[in-house]
Amino acid sequence: MTTPMLQAVNLSVQFGGLKAVNDVSFDVWPNEVFSLIGPNGAGKTTIFNLISALYRPTSGEVRFESEVISRMPPHVVARHGIARTFQNIELFEHATVLQNLLVGRHCHRHTGWVQDLLFTGSVRRAELEFRRQVEEVIEFLDLQHYRESMVAGLPYGVRKVVELARALSMRPRLLLLDEPSSGLNTEETEDMGFWIEDIKQDLGITVIMVEHDMGLVSRVSDRVLALNLGEVLTLGTPEEVQAHPGVIEAYLGGVDDV
Amino acid sequence: MLQLLQLIVSGAAIGCIYALIALGFVLIYKATETVNFAQGDLMMIGGFLGLTAMTVAGMPFAVAFLLTTVAMALVGMGAERLVLRPLLGQPAFTMIMMTIGLGYLARGVVTMIPYWGTETHTLPVPYKDEVIWLGGEGTGLVVSVEHLVIILATVVLVALLYAFFRYTRLGIAMQATSQNQLAAFYMGIPVRRVNMLIWGLSSAICGVAGLLLAPITFVHANMGFVGLKAFPAAVVGGFGSIPGALVGGLIIGIVESLAGFYLPEGFKDIAAYVVVLVMLVVKPNGLFGENLTKKV
Amino acid sequence: MHFIFKTRYEQDISLFKHSGQVFWYAALALALVAAPWLLSEYALSQFTFIGIYAIVCLGLMLLAGFTGQVSLGHAGFLAMGAYTEAWLQANGWPFMISLPMAALVAGVTGIIVGLPALRVKGLYLSIATLAFGFIIEEVVVRAEHITGGNAGRQLDKLMIAGIDFDDGTNYYYLVTFIAVLCVLGVLNLLRSPTGRAFVAIRDSEVSAQSMGINLAHYKTVAFALSAALAGIAGALYAHKIRIITPDQFGFLQSIELLMMVVIGGLGSIQGAIFGPAFWFVVQQVIVVGKDWLPPGLGQQTGLQPTIFGFILIAIVLFEPMGLYGRWLKFRTFLEIFPFYRKGMFKRQKSYMKSERMK
Repeated sequence: MTTPMLQAVNLSVQFGGLKAVNDVSFDVWPNEVFSLIGPNGAGKTTIFNLISALYRPTSGEVRFESEVISRMPPHVVARHGIARTFQNIELFEHATVLQNLLVGRHCHRHTGWVQDLLFTGSVRRAELEFRRQVEEVIEFLDLQHYRESMVAGLPYGVRKVVELARALSMRPRLLLLDEPSSGLNTEETEDMGFWIEDIKQDLGITVIMVEHDMGLVSRVSDRVLALNLGEVLTLGTPEEVQAHPGVIEAYLGGVDDV
Repeated sequence: MLQLLQLIVSGAAIGCIYALIALGFVLIYKATETVNFAQGDLMMIGGFLGLTAMTVAGMPFAVAFLLTTVAMALVGMGAERLVLRPLLGQPAFTMIMMTIGLGYLARGVVTMIPYWGTETHTLPVPYKDEVIWLGGEGTGLVVSVEHLVIILATVVLVALLYAFFRYTRLGIAMQATSQNQLAAFYMGIPVRRVNMLIWGLSSAICGVAGLLLAPITFVHANMGFVGLKAFPAAVVGGFGSIPGALVGGLIIGIVESLAGFYLPEGFKDIAAYVVVLVMLVVKPNGLFGENLTKKV
Repeated sequence: MHFIFKTRYEQDISLFKHSGQVFWYAALALALVAAPWLLSEYALSQFTFIGIYAIVCLGLMLLAGFTGQVSLGHAGFLAMGAYTEAWLQANGWPFMISLPMAALVAGVTGIIVGLPALRVKGLYLSIATLAFGFIIEEVVVRAEHITGGNAGRQLDKLMIAGIDFDDGTNYYYLVTFIAVLCVLGVLNLLRSPTGRAFVAIRDSEVSAQSMGINLAHYKTVAFALSAALAGIAGALYAHKIRIITPDQFGFLQSIELLMMVVIGGLGSIQGAIFGPAFWFVVQQVIVVGKDWLPPGLGQQTGLQPTIFGFILIAIVLFEPMGLYGRWLKFRTFLEIFPFYRKGMFKRQKSYMKSERMK
C-alpha cells in the first residue's frame, strides 16, 4: 500500500490568541498503532478533535484515504469509518450497555424514522442483525456480564471498556483512542494493551492513540509522535522517541525549571 | 421626534424592570447554573408584601420598601435552603422544574391569602399619577414620576451592586463562586452559604422590581408573568453577563414600547419574543455572552 | 424478581419482555374496553381527557424525556392541531383526513419551532420554545377569521361514517384507540435506531455525532413527531370540548403539560400516561374534597394550583423518576419481599457538570 490511511497536512488551530496546534503534519499507515504523546497542553486531544471534525482547523487539513475530511460535519466523518473514544468518557449514561453498543451500529442503518415508527420487517431484520454484530463485540471484550446494566451505575474501568466496545461496534477502519488507560489499574491497563494488539492484528483496524502510560505506548505502538506546546518534537519508533533529548526535556523540564 | 423620545423613555422604564428581573436570573445563573423560573413570581410576592406593609400596617412607603426588600431576601434564602440545596448536583432541568413548581405554587398560594386574593390592588405610592415636564410645560417631554422613579432606582441599585461586587469581601466571594465553584470551595469560600446569599440578593432585587412596577400595573397574582419577558432580556444581553442583563432589559423595553406604537395591535406583546428568536438565530451567546461550547 | 433467560435475540426487541407482561397488558386492554359499562358518564368523560392528555404527554416525553429538548411552548402545538381541526371540519373535511392534517400542520410548526434547536440547546432552547409558544398564542388571537379570536370557535358534531361521535362512549373508544396507536408508535420508535439516536442526543451530543448521528436531522424529527402528537391531541381535545379559545393554549397549559410529564416520570413511556391520569384523578379528589374543607379554604380558586405545586415540588425532591419510579420501587418490593432494602434505587449524585467552557 502506498497511500497513507490518514494524513494531517500542516494542521494548525488557534483558540483566541492560543495556538493549540501549530503546523503539525503526519501520516498514519494502514494497520499500524500510532501514538501521540506529550505533556499536558501539547495539543493531543485537540488533534483528535480535528480528526473527528469536532473542531475546524484554522489552516491545513486532514485527509482520510486521500479525501479531505476536515471540512465535513462530524457525523459524516464517523460514517467514513472513523470511531473514537473520549478522555473523560462520553457514554450515554441513562441507557444500558447494550443500547450504547447498538448506537454504534447507527451509521450502518438503512431504515428511516417512518419505518422505525411502524417497526417494519426490514427494521426487525436489521435490528436482529445489529444485535448479533454487537454480541461479537461483547464477546471480544468480555462484557457479557454487563450487557443489561445501566451505564450510570458501572465502575470506571468497565465504562472505559464499554466506550471501547461502542467504538468497535461501529466496525471502523480507523479507531481513535483518547487515553485508553487513564484511570485504570495496572491489571486493567494490561488488558487494554492486549485488546489494542488484538484490534490491530485480528480486526485489522488502524489505531491512533493518545496515551500517557509510556509502558503501554512502547508495548503496542508501531510509531510514536511526540508533541509539545502544539508542535511536533519528533516522530519515530517508541525507543527512538523516548531517547530523544527534546522529549525528555519536554516531560522533565529544563535543568533550570527543576 | 418628541413622540419617539416619549416612547423611548417609557420603554426604558419598563425595560428597567425587565433588567432588574433579568439581573436576578443572571446572578443565580452565574452562581449555580440554575435558572429561576419563579423570578417573576418573587416579584409578585414583593409587590404584595409592600402592599400589605403600606395599606394594612399603614407604614410609609420608604419603610415598607426597606421591609419588603429584607423580607424578600429572607424568602429567597429560605427557598434555596429548603428546596434547592438538596438538589445540588442534579441536572439543570431538575432545578428548572423545581423553580417552575415554586412559581406555580406561589401563584396558587397568593390567591388563598386573605386580603391578597385574586383581585387587583393599587399600591398607594406617594408619587402616584404625577408627571414632570421636561423642556417646558405642555410642549416638552412628559415623564411620569413612576417611570422616573423606576429608572433612577435602577441606576442607584446597579451602582450599589457594582460597589458590592467590587469592594466587599462577600461580593468578591460571590464573584469567585460564580466563576468556579470547586476552586472557590478549595479556597475556603463557604460555597453553599454564598449560594444562599445569592438567592437572597436575587429575590431582594425582584422585590424591589415588584415595588417599582406596582404603581404602573397594579398588584395581582399574575403580575409575575411580566417576569417571563425578562428571559428575552437576559438572552439578548448574554445569559451570564450582568451588564448584558441591563442592556438587554432596556432593549426589550424600548423595542416593546416602539412596537406598541408603530406596529399593528398585538405586536407589543410578542415583540420581546420575536427579538429573542432573532437573537438566538443570529448570535445565540447574546451581546455580552460567554462561549457555551462543551469541552471534551 | 423475574430473571429472564434469553435464548433468542428476538426477545431483546419484542415489546413484551415476558409472558407476565402479556397477561397484565391484556387485562389492561380488557379494562379499557369494558370501561363504558363500569363507569359513569362523567367518569368516562374524564377518562377521555386522560387519553387526550396522554397523547400530548407522550409527545412531550419523546422530546423532553428521551431527546432532552425541553419545550416550554407545547401548548402552541396543541393549539395548531385544535384550530386546524376546527377549521377543516367547518370546511367540510372528513375526520379521517382532517386528523392527519392537524398532525401535519402541528408537525410542520414543530419543525419551525425546532429550528433554534439546531443552534442552541438546553436553557436557550427552552426560552426559544417559550417565545414560540407566546407568538403562536398571539397569532391565534389575531387570526380572527380562522380562529374566532378571543371569542373562541365552535365545533360541529363529529360524525364519522354516519356514526355519531358526540356520544360519550363512542368518543371514548375513538380517543382510546388513537392513544393506543400513538403509544405503540412511540414504543416502536424507541426500540429502533431512531429512538436510540434520540437517547444518544439526550445523554451526550458530542459522542452522538461521533457515532455518526446527524444531530440536526434527529432533533428535527423529534420536534416534528412530538408536535404532531400534540396536534392529534389538540384535534381530539377540540372535539371533546366543542368550543376552543386561545387562553386554553397559553403558557400555563405548557407548564402544566411539563408538570404532568415530570410527575409521571421523565424518561419513561408509562410516565406519559401516569402523569395525566394522576393529574385528573387528583383534580377530581380536590373537587370532591372541597366540600369537606372549611368554606374559607375549600372555595378558593388557588387550592388546585397550590396542591399541584406541592406535588411537583415533592416529586422533584424525593422521587426524580416520578410516579413511574415509585411504581418500580413498589413492584420490586413485592417481587423480592422481604429482601427489599432502602437505597436500592439510590439516586446517583454527580459532581456539578458544567456546560460552560472554562
